[in-house]
Amino acid sequence: MAETTIAPTTARAGGIRRRTDAARTALARSVLLHIVMVLGALAMFFPFYWTVVTSLSPGSGLSSTPSLIPADPSIEAYQRLFADLPFARVVGNSLLLATVTTLAQLFTSATAAYAFSRLPFRGRTVVFGIYLATMMIPLQVLVVPLFAELRAWGLVDTYLGALLPTLAAAFGVFLLRQAMNQVPFELDEAAAIDGAGHFRTFWTVILPNIRPALATLAVFAFMGSWNSFLWPLVVLRSPELQTLPVALAGLQGQYTTQWDIVMAGSVVSILPMLAIYLFAQKYVIQGVANTGLK
Amino acid sequence: MTALIGEAAADVGADAGPPASRTGPPRSPGRRARRARYTLTVLAFLLPSAVPLLLFVLGPMVAAAWISLTEWNLLAPAEWVGLENYANLLTDPETADVFLHTLYYIVGYLPLVYVGGLAIALALNTALRGRTVLRGVYFLPVITSWIVVALVWRWLLNPSNGVVNSVLAWFGIDGPGWWTDPAWAMPSIILASAWKDLGFVMVILLAGLQAIDPELLDAARVDGAGWWRRLFSVTLPLLSPATFFVIVISLINGFQVFDQVYAMTGGGPGGATQVVVQQIYDLTFRYGRAGEASALSWLLFVVILAVTVLQIRGQRKWVNYG
Repeated sequence: MAETTIAPTTARAGGIRRRTDAARTALARSVLLHIVMVLGALAMFFPFYWTVVTSLSPGSGLSSTPSLIPADPSIEAYQRLFADLPFARVVGNSLLLATVTTLAQLFTSATAAYAFSRLPFRGRTVVFGIYLATMMIPLQVLVVPLFAELRAWGLVDTYLGALLPTLAAAFGVFLLRQAMNQVPFELDEAAAIDGAGHFRTFWTVILPNIRPALATLAVFAFMGSWNSFLWPLVVLRSPELQTLPVALAGLQGQYTTQWDIVMAGSVVSILPMLAIYLFAQKYVIQGVANTGLK
Repeated sequence: MTALIGEAAADVGADAGPPASRTGPPRSPGRRARRARYTLTVLAFLLPSAVPLLLFVLGPMVAAAWISLTEWNLLAPAEWVGLENYANLLTDPETADVFLHTLYYIVGYLPLVYVGGLAIALALNTALRGRTVLRGVYFLPVITSWIVVALVWRWLLNPSNGVVNSVLAWFGIDGPGWWTDPAWAMPSIILASAWKDLGFVMVILLAGLQAIDPELLDAARVDGAGWWRRLFSVTLPLLSPATFFVIVISLINGFQVFDQVYAMTGGGPGGATQVVVQQIYDLTFRYGRAGEASALSWLLFVVILAVTVLQIRGQRKWVNYG
């Protein structure tokens, strides 16, 4: 990355430069920085572009590299994808699991966050600490016993088996608790005077006041599920139950050299996330930025 | 199960009756019913998350410790072997190999995303036209799944007709075999991973940069500090909390690297990219050595925990919370 070297340097304090000169160099630097940043963005974007181009260039494989602008674009790869494989089913599986996971995490996180923000009880700090600790446990440690547990319950290779471990996540509890702590307690008190119990306060006072945090969590939960790989790989075995990432990884083995098909599958997997991202970019970027600020 | 608890919560909500004190649990004696109702309320709010976390995180965590003390192929009943799995792991040179490969990944990946992310964040923190659009584009790979990233880069870095080697060929350079070459496989994975995570690091650092008081930088400028001087003496020290966060998260994620390895090389060629989690996966689902796999996963967890604790201990020396 060469950007750093181009960022504006100020004239030395003792330099005897005329104002116009300084303005001119500043302008030149600014133009250069813009050019570098745009080129950088193009480079970052290129893999996406290339994925789409490849998916539209049938026969991209062992011997041919697609041309930069497809001369004869065709959706043949997409047709084959949906004809040869239960690909529509796979997309549906991913949508179903991501939707249920998102709704469940919104519910479980919001209720827990309310308890940690508004309901004092003995040992609350300890319980909250345990919640936070679960965030540090890597999924890899859990995979073997989880697999055994769900197999004992007869849930391997079922939607429920894929879903159960994703219903609650401490990250969401943490995120929503932070947001709830920002909601003035006077609002609760006013509601209490109006005769509202905790459930009504939770629903009509707190939740409407943390909508941005709920949106952030919804996007992250959906994205986490949509892109998750290890657990679905382990628990979902039949082709018609697989999710997109797992099916894509399998696709690669099946069509080793048919890159147009593999890239078409990748495009299908990116599109829904892209749509959500364009729609909720603010919440996604804000969510990431906030995690760094504590 | 959560649905049931949700219904229970709704029931309790329906007869919640008169508002309980908002400052804490009711303490006055003789109001046992009220206190019981408060306890029920707390449980109703807590159980929907506590039950799944208990069943699918904490329980399995303990179970993993037990499994790690057995010999078990996932099918036959597990056989108690005590600490044998750990002893085997610690003496097996393969263990050192998989940790070294993981370390290789981290050492290549971390400087790349940090310096790259910082450069982009610094540029985006200036008066730049189209900042929002540029930020959006740099962030785009973050929302893509690791599997897609791995597949796309496998194709970009395809030795025979991938676009990278095609471009290199224009300049008369004979590109390497990338993920098919043991020497280049890990650099390929690092490159793909850095591309994906650059935007994540950039957004965190950018938030940190925006929190820096511009007056401090102006003061340094008035004192005659040049751009590099200001970067190293003002910006970076003030950015240290964000840097700390990036390093902690990157190390945790780095030790757990798996998806992109699985889809790009599967640990190959010739075991050159066999990282710890790939080894855990293979031990469990390819070789049916779940006991050893659990022991290795506990070992990994302990390493991650130790590294994280060390960093938190060491942060006083360099992280400036102003």
